[in-house]
Amino acid sequence: MTHLIQLHSFDGGIHPAENKQQSTRKPVQIAPLPAELVLPLGQHIGAPADPCVSVGERVLKGQKIAEPHGFVSVALHAPTSGEIIAIEKRAIPHASGLQDLCMVIRPDGEERWIEHQSLLTELTVDDLTDIEPAKVVERIRDCGIAGMGGAGFPTSVKLTVKRDEQGSTPIDTLILNGAECEPYITADDMLMRERADEVLRGAQVLLYLLNAERCMIGIEDNKPEAIAALNEAAKSLNEEHHIDVVTIPTKYPSGGEKQLIQILTGKEVPSGGIPAQLGIVCQNVGTAAAIYRAVYHGEPLISRIATITGDATREPGNWEVLLGTPVSHLLQLAGYQPQQQPRVIMGGPMMGFALPHTELPVVKTTNCLLAPSEQEMPVNQMAMACIRCGMCTEACPAQLLPQQLYWFSRAEEYDKAEQHHLFDCIECGACSYVCPSQIPLVQYYRHAKGAIREEKAAQAKSERAKERFERRQARHERELEEKEAKRKARAEAAAQSAAAKKAAGSDDAAPAAGNASAVSADAPTTSPQLEKLQKQLTATQTAIAKTKEKLAEAQQAVAAGDEAMQTKVDAFTAALEKSQTKMKDIARDMAAEKKALKAQAAAPAGNAEGGPDKGDPNSPDRLKRKWETAQARLDTALKRLAEAKAEGLDTVETLQSGIDKQQARVDEAKAAYEAALQAEQDGSSAPDAAATEQAPAAADSAAEADSLKKKVLAQQDRLAKATERLNMAQQQGLDTVEALAKGVDKQQQKLDELQQQLASLTETAAASTAKTTEDGTV
Amino acid sequence: MALLTLSSPHAHGSNSTSKVMLTVILATLPGLAVTTGLFGFGTLVNLLLASVTALVTEALILKIRKRPIGFFLRDYSALLTGVLLGLALPPLAPWWITVVATAFAIIFAKQLYGGMGNNPFNPAMVGYALVLVSFPVQMTTNWAASSQMGVDPAGLGDALNAIFGGHVSDAFTGATPLDAYKHQIAAKTAEEVLKDSTFNGFLNGGWAWVNLAYLAGGIFLIWKRIISWHIPVSMLTALALCSLLLGWDSDMYTPLSLHLLSGATMIGAFFIATDPVSAATTPRGRLIYGAGTGIFLYLIRTWGAYPDAVAFSVLLMNFAAPFIDAYTQPRTYGHAKAARGLKKPGAK
Ligand code: SF4
Ligand code: SF4
Repeated sequence: MTHLIQLHSFDGGIHPAENKQQSTRKPVQIAPLPAELVLPLGQHIGAPADPCVSVGERVLKGQKIAEPHGFVSVALHAPTSGEIIAIEKRAIPHASGLQDLCMVIRPDGEERWIEHQSLLTELTVDDLTDIEPAKVVERIRDCGIAGMGGAGFPTSVKLTVKRDEQGSTPIDTLILNGAECEPYITADDMLMRERADEVLRGAQVLLYLLNAERCMIGIEDNKPEAIAALNEAAKSLNEEHHIDVVTIPTKYPSGGEKQLIQILTGKEVPSGGIPAQLGIVCQNVGTAAAIYRAVYHGEPLISRIATITGDATREPGNWEVLLGTPVSHLLQLAGYQPQQQPRVIMGGPMMGFALPHTELPVVKTTNCLLAPSEQEMPVNQMAMACIRCGMCTEACPAQLLPQQLYWFSRAEEYDKAEQHHLFDCIECGACSYVCPSQIPLVQYYRHAKGAIREEKAAQAKSERAKERFERRQARHERELEEKEAKRKARAEAAAQSAAAKKAAGSDDAAPAAGNASAVSADAPTTSPQLEKLQKQLTATQTAIAKTKEKLAEAQQAVAAGDEAMQTKVDAFTAALEKSQTKMKDIARDMAAEKKALKAQAAAPAGNAEGGPDKGDPNSPDRLKRKWETAQARLDTALKRLAEAKAEGLDTVETLQSGIDKQQARVDEAKAAYEAALQAEQDGSSAPDAAATEQAPAAADSAAEADSLKKKVLAQQDRLAKATERLNMAQQQGLDTVEALAKGVDKQQQKLDELQQQLASLTETAAASTAKTTEDGTV
Repeated sequence: MALLTLSSPHAHGSNSTSKVMLTVILATLPGLAVTTGLFGFGTLVNLLLASVTALVTEALILKIRKRPIGFFLRDYSALLTGVLLGLALPPLAPWWITVVATAFAIIFAKQLYGGMGNNPFNPAMVGYALVLVSFPVQMTTNWAASSQMGVDPAGLGDALNAIFGGHVSDAFTGATPLDAYKHQIAAKTAEEVLKDSTFNGFLNGGWAWVNLAYLAGGIFLIWKRIISWHIPVSMLTALALCSLLLGWDSDMYTPLSLHLLSGATMIGAFFIATDPVSAATTPRGRLIYGAGTGIFLYLIRTWGAYPDAVAFSVLLMNFAAPFIDAYTQPRTYGHAKAARGLKKPGAK
């Protein structure tokens, strides 16, 4: 079934030499096993996976070797059977040349698979739609699937969408990205040619999971074979499939997520937003195929297709490569000829990054290894001055003014750069490509973005520090005032009691009323423990005074020229310090002791005076006040969050977690208040002794269950929001992603806990209701 | 094996600054050829003189500024300045006019601002305006007459003699059509004016052909994507609209045909106003910039003291270019509307 799809175009864009035919002459070949596989634990965005096997253990092909750590994380599997020979830091392919924890496997050459099966068989169902979406998403996460086209964002996170009771989601369109607009890369092209059915079946799984109405697979018109293969495969899908293969004009960067969305739908992803806001989810075709294999065959993501090309290779082509295979091994396969100024790029010529050396593993996101010859990609000449020709502006797909951004970045006028939307730059490199002056524009933008992020983080930090300081200052002042007030009150009380005693005129008469005040006023001095401490303190003080004297003498001696005394000076100084710490300790103990005594004294006094209402911390009044203060605090926190959001991202996430906590507190306080209120009413309306004993308990648990349910719902909402925020951050850049991912994990945990609580509560409630009815009937 | 690590993008288009400049120079050739054919060798001599002056001055300044001379000379921007001045100055102007204009353009309008890319004003037009203001006589009397006016154009010897020897023969010189029309229309009707030998019945004896040649060169540049269409189109449109709305009566004002096809209109629209460094750079900004140039051109030609006004209009709009840019930012992808203006430094 094909629909007529109205194509749109995006502004700018370029037509660099495609150089794709070199690597599509042969079908995808299977890369032979290397001597060792190196698997970084963090091949995706989010928390690195946790190893679940140990060094020396033998593993089977497809066996899970690391568990996802939290919600934004995916598992990792052994790409072949063999032995884990190390879990250690190794160089990973990353622009910064970082090292990170990797699992190292020595293959045994047997390629023995672990048992695996389709999710349908496992759950004994006939159709995918008989399985709860969450279960399928879980399988995808468990099979280690992360975005294979770009940054490696965990696919399961993108597929966790809000659902209402009818199961409908805010997503209506699924876009599969098969544009592959970067020159040289043909991995997706070959995948679509050879495994079109897998891509389509994967798309069907995605459609089901997202409850989307339609799917568009966008492919540039320079891949006629792939388009034909997909169309052919689509014919054999027997049902109404709602999948359209859409041919789009070849223009770089049509495969950019934002550009592809614009081409296919005419909509623009809001700045700083995510496609889901438009009801769109975008996935790479390779990811779709991997999803198919995971769901229908239980095969985890352990290999991928990678293009190895460039004029420095004699036999460019595509290989099915096990994850963890060293780059050097693959280059050999393609007949790599080292150049005088050797260069190997992971990714394409426009957005890939140059590897520092070749002892780096292929990871889930590695779609291409490009080894250009020197003539093919001459090293940039010296940049000339910008002549303001505006060619960059014409090329920019984001409708930015690259030239202005360049001037501002170079002059470090970052506020102007931001005002010119520096952060909407997708770093596609089109501007640098066309610049006649060969200015490395993108490099300037990256640098400026980094500097701005740093600046913001520092600013946020200093603001937080300032706020903290001010708060502390305010609290300090308040405490002083309170102390002063208390002291006055005490003095008055003492004066009164003295007067009372005098008035009574009797020495030994100690009436009960006087007792109470006597206790509260004099208690601190009457503890034996305290007396002991006091003595210790005096002793230490004397010791300190003596040591000081001695020290002074010794110092004089040294000054007079007695070198030998120096050792003594040191010894005395040390002793002095020791005594001083001791004194501090004693003083602290004394303070604690005094406080405890005071509390003791205050408690009975309070009880004697206050009515039961005021004194009872569980009275509805008190609870209500508690709830109100909690709510007020939450409100201010929310306000601050809004401000932070308006200014930048860095504090937002800390504030958000604070707010979440505060929200929980508010919920608790509210629930407590309501329960108390309920209990009070119950208490007054049901004078029957037996009933009062049972009813509140039942009401309590019912109320608790209610509030728990509410909490669960609220928590679910929060989780969804956090996930969305994470997605957003992922769109914008990677800095906050880690922190947000952690936040999402925490939310997930909280939700799990709440759900457990609720479950156990419902059980007990059910049990007790049963009991009550029993009691009642008996 | 240590590899070369450079930042992306790794591929680069085949474009270069020197290519851009050379293509512009190439595109002036039709204009140069027609001018030389119809008006004699004066322009060619001027052009060579201006080019040599430009290169020598540029090299000298680069040397004083301790910059790599060869590297910067090879961007050909100085050469282009020289070529444009050579084409714009009166063909038979004495040599020192050309030298002063060119040297001033390179030294003061370009290098003192920091060299290529940093000059707020179009260097060639700064040089032109300087000599026009300082030496009005030499700048208005040394225009060559064309073969279409019924004279033999200046041969190479005559041109050299005029330029270096100062022996300007009346036989080779003539008033420019814009100048002639402006002065004669006060006393005559349009029909009478056009009978004058400067116009030779129909259009302006030779000037129309020169303008058409520059138009052709300009279209070539647009086709080659060296310049965008915005500035020339909006400038010519504005000029035409002004002429139609304000000066429709050809018995009082210079007619539209003369505005478009004589003087420095076409070389101005396609080669001078489009100088990227000093023009506006945003697409909408370029439209405004071109329109502004066209309007000033009309106003100064019609009511100003000078018969032609490309230099002054371009320089006036150079002033405005940065502001135009700041207020014509395009709407960036994902934004509801375009940003406006510039943030003051330090403002939130
Ligand atoms: S393409 Fe290069 S030279 Fe031209 S305006 Fe942009 S940055 Fe300047
Ligand atoms: S790298 Fe940024 S500024 Fe340059 S063309 Fe791409 S989006 Fe525009």
